[in-house]
Amino acid sequence: MTALEQRTRLEQEAWDALGVVMDPELDEAITSLGFVRSLEELGGQDDDGRGALRVHLRLPTSFCSPNFAYLMCSDAKDALEAVVRHHGGGTVLVELDDHHDSDLINRGLAADAGYRGTFGHEAESDLDELRLTFRRKAHTAAAERALTALLRARPELGEDDVHAVRLGDLLPGEVTAALLRRRSALGLSTADDAPVAVDDHGAPVPPSVVGMWLRKARSTRISIDGNAHFCRGLLATRYPGAELDQAPRDEGTAPVPVQLLTRRPA
Amino acid sequence: MYSKDGTDYFILDAHIALWDARPENLRNVHGKQFIDCFYDYHRNLSPESEHWDYDQYLYYSDRLMKDLFEDGYVDHAIFQPAILGEFYKNGFGQTEEALALAQAHPDKLTYNHAFDPRFGERGLEQLHRDAERMDLKGVKLYTAEWQGESRGYKLTDPWTYRYLEACRELGIKNIHVHKGPTIRPLDRDAFDVADVDAAASDFTDLNFVVEHCGLPRLEDFCWIATQEPNVYAGLAVAMPFIHSRPRYFAQIMGELMYWIGDSRIFFSSDYAIWTPKWLVEKFVDFQIPEDMTEYAPLTTDSKKRILGLNAAALYDIPVPEHLQVAPEPVDVREPAVKADNARTADSELLTGMA
Repeated sequence: MTALEQRTRLEQEAWDALGVVMDPELDEAITSLGFVRSLEELGGQDDDGRGALRVHLRLPTSFCSPNFAYLMCSDAKDALEAVVRHHGGGTVLVELDDHHDSDLINRGLAADAGYRGTFGHEAESDLDELRLTFRRKAHTAAAERALTALLRARPELGEDDVHAVRLGDLLPGEVTAALLRRRSALGLSTADDAPVAVDDHGAPVPPSVVGMWLRKARSTRISIDGNAHFCRGLLATRYPGAELDQAPRDEGTAPVPVQLLTRRPA
Repeated sequence: MYSKDGTDYFILDAHIALWDARPENLRNVHGKQFIDCFYDYHRNLSPESEHWDYDQYLYYSDRLMKDLFEDGYVDHAIFQPAILGEFYKNGFGQTEEALALAQAHPDKLTYNHAFDPRFGERGLEQLHRDAERMDLKGVKLYTAEWQGESRGYKLTDPWTYRYLEACRELGIKNIHVHKGPTIRPLDRDAFDVADVDAAASDFTDLNFVVEHCGLPRLEDFCWIATQEPNVYAGLAVAMPFIHSRPRYFAQIMGELMYWIGDSRIFFSSDYAIWTPKWLVEKFVDFQIPEDMTEYAPLTTDSKKRILGLNAAALYDIPVPEHLQVAPEPVDVREPAVKADNARTADSELLTGMA
């Protein structure tokens, strides 16, 4: 990875742009996961004499799901092309290293073939549904984190009371901000008086099942966090030193707080 | 058997393998990538003292019995082979060698075999022959296995149902399904365990053991297993988190205990990705951290069930009386979700959420 102080202006903008490209399954940016192996500006490499950006991505195993791999690579390419356009144009090369479908994916990216164009008969549907599924999971996990933090701060609240919690009741901070971002991504209300415990479509969870909903949301959150532990560890095993490129995972890795959520179904 | 602090535990390792990933057995680069991935799992999640060198990891038949039964406290172990014929010339799991070992040590080893419904009628006939020759009580299905142009199948495919019907006739009652970290195939079945739900509902006389307890789709697994009493959780790959991420392991155990209880969870080392010795030792010493008050502590009886008694019961493997636990009292806690109880309406409300 190019050290921060050595980056050109274009490289820095490119890096910032990659900071919003998410691993959908881990709900975390590819830059903080250490998935960006290298990023460089190539002077005068383009046929038209314009600049070029080349990015190499790497994943924790060669068998990482090809659909997720493709999703991240194509999102990265989209993000970088926006940066390059802003600078008057140029070429963007995104290459995925060491994946069992590297050749296929890299050819598809170079040709802007799209997911179905890249994988042909194997891709039964486009990636929108997959993306939506993981956005919903990310929202559910973010709601659990925010409610758990609130329950911790207000011991008089029980699991079954969270149906009454509104966005404006949540504790200020990154956990709540993350929930609001994920709600926006799904087109859900971010108003202060909107209920926090809502389903994928924004409908409030009825009081009679809200405790169970929270338990289910917790297992979703644990799944996502656990997968992140897995992938971060495997990346560092596969590429020694990669851990230095990883930002601390700021959500969900904190110890489970002491006094929260002790109520169980009767 | 493992003994600690005056308590004896019957150990059944419900997921082991005897593989051959030496260069001469590789069919293509995917075979190399696959074993390298396994080796990374091994190095990432094992204590440093337990790391094998790479060459040893490629093939280890000389040490299997010692690792499991002399050093590893294991009383009985079950082979759960991945065949991966597209990647390895003579398969990844070594069928004949493992079967011979199981036949030489029937008190210690059970051989489960695999089928692939994409082989159609021919494979169905093979299954009948295998069941008789191998005395099969279970099969391990790797639904993401490549086969020609196909990169996976589902339990709900019509041909799979024909194979499951054959299992029912042949007395193969334990269906182990790999539902692990997301690998291939592509969009189909990339992230859900829903096909287990449907198959478990349609084959209530078969047991479905979800290996790796659905991680990283733990919530989908828990949801299904709560509703289907014939669905079980195999701890392969979840187990080693006990060393590297003990708090995360506690959360997994806490969730599984909450949703399905201690009678449907199986200890598995996934040998030779990990050796059972240190996993057994750490699990017996393990406790849910006190600050995780949303989870009940893990009792000694629960550990006994998970470490061996649950799988032994499913496989009719005899357990000495003194290693048993007292019969479980009737669970007074209301099941989290049961289609046939008063919460039906509520659980329907939740379906599709989260």
